[in-house]
Amino acid sequence: MPEVIPPDSVGLVEPQVAQFESPIQLESGKVLESFQLVYETYGTLNADRSNAILVCHALSGNHHVAGYHSMTDKKPGWWNSCIGPGKPIDTNRFFVVGVNNLGGCHGSTGPSSLNPATDKLYGPDFPVVTVVDWVTSQALLADRLGVDCWAAVVGGSLGGMQALQWSIQYPDRLRHAAVIASTPKLTTQNIAFNEVARRAITSDPNFHDGHFYEHHTFPANGLKLARMLGHITYLSDMGMGEKFGRDLRNQAFKFGILDVEFEIESYLNYQGERFSKNFDANTYLLMTRALDYFDPARHHGNDLAAAVSAATCKFFVVAFSTDWRFSPARSEELVNALIEARKPVSYTKIEAPHGHDAFLIPTPRYMDVFHAYMQRVGEEI
Amino acid sequence: MRSDLEIICGWIQPSSRILDLGCGDGTLLAYLQQHKQVQGYGLEIDPNNITACLQKGVNVIEQDLDQDDLSHFKDKSFDLVVMTQALQAVRSPDIMLDEMLRMGRECIITFPNFGHWRLRFYLAQKGRMPMSKTLPYTWYNTPNIHLCTFKDFEELCTQKNIYIKRRTVVDNEHRTRWSNQVFPNLFGQIAIYQVSR
Repeated sequence: MPEVIPPDSVGLVEPQVAQFESPIQLESGKVLESFQLVYETYGTLNADRSNAILVCHALSGNHHVAGYHSMTDKKPGWWNSCIGPGKPIDTNRFFVVGVNNLGGCHGSTGPSSLNPATDKLYGPDFPVVTVVDWVTSQALLADRLGVDCWAAVVGGSLGGMQALQWSIQYPDRLRHAAVIASTPKLTTQNIAFNEVARRAITSDPNFHDGHFYEHHTFPANGLKLARMLGHITYLSDMGMGEKFGRDLRNQAFKFGILDVEFEIESYLNYQGERFSKNFDANTYLLMTRALDYFDPARHHGNDLAAAVSAATCKFFVVAFSTDWRFSPARSEELVNALIEARKPVSYTKIEAPHGHDAFLIPTPRYMDVFHAYMQRVGEEI
Repeated sequence: MRSDLEIICGWIQPSSRILDLGCGDGTLLAYLQQHKQVQGYGLEIDPNNITACLQKGVNVIEQDLDQDDLSHFKDKSFDLVVMTQALQAVRSPDIMLDEMLRMGRECIITFPNFGHWRLRFYLAQKGRMPMSKTLPYTWYNTPNIHLCTFKDFEELCTQKNIYIKRRTVVDNEHRTRWSNQVFPNLFGQIAIYQVSR
């Protein structure tokens, strides 16, 4: 918790809620009659509304991107390292919007919200939402905020997919897309990981086919396992080795199977435990599906260059050397398609030991290139 | 701006689609974007240069010309492929030249002349690997692993049936003098070639 707010922080922030009463047509064909989005903003929207940046979140993220909700917060928002006065997304210059995606569990309408049609929580009846649906709903929020055209849409991982989708779906509503540690589609291996995560949740006896709220319980163990598995894939072998090595909790082996022996076991258990208490299992299932489904080339005969041909913004693509979940090769696949489609694109591959999580960590070179690019975005306002 | 870049600018058609291999800090592309409305990408490996390109608003792609192949760039997908002062530093200049002519309809290449009289004199007199303003490195740390003379380069072009459309030879201050036009391989320090197939 901060004793004083650091000068490069956006400070104390408060979530806001936008209620939408008109129905939204989802990619699945289903319709959501009404919904709400919870969001935060930092900085000031300028007079001609040209300095707005949308920050899209990844699987477990939310609208709380930067700053603190109270002086007793243990941690700031999830991308505090990159957003604030003087940081790459400089709030002295930009008006930054963070939004919890539809289907989320931090205030936007999702499985743990009340279904007005039944007066019960949606649970597993909440429709499957996709990256396309998120972008559609984010555009409605942009309308509400008076933002016709984002200076940039920025996101890491699943957030990067949304930035890319924006460029295809609303080409005239953004000037830049920053696609960080992301991919134009999941690999087979990635889908496989997601399936194991889903099975961990759905096979938990407390899952009750997604109706666990009515049983006043939740599939804590399944969600914990899903997160532990995910967490391994977000780190690199090298990064894990450097951080934990083969360090033991105690001096000597206990020769017990159920004991937590190694520091890495303890760490994963702790992270999984903490996550399972703060995240909704149905939302986790939805988010992994949205990841699996994302594949803009699919509607264009698997030709990614054709899929991005409608885009008119400039692209900034960043990958990290040890990211094996969304590896540099996946970013390069996107970059090559953008070049083929004759779109302006810059690409950097950052040497960082942190695996996929590197997009959240302010390593100097990452900050340098991010800063340089965003400065250019700012100059075009 | 480096004067070889200035000369190159004069050779470039407005609105061309350009690939600059080893684009450095993006000076050439930034200038061409502004003055010739070109659409271009620069390939670069040095982190500081990449940041400088981003600051200038130059499209820069981080790629190691020696390690990663260029096969993802389609045949004739650029009007022009440029390589300034880098051909002598790549692992296989001959293969690079083929690749450049595959990706682009035309190429512009600049490189230092190892046949310049000062370098010949340096080697003859001192018996040591020549060093000069253009070639300030010692033999063991030089990035220039494939230095050649203008004659060597033109011989390679002949072998590969590469057509030399235009050639200018300049000295270190990038002046074109009568001496380096008459005896380019002796008096020219940097050559700028425009080639095609």
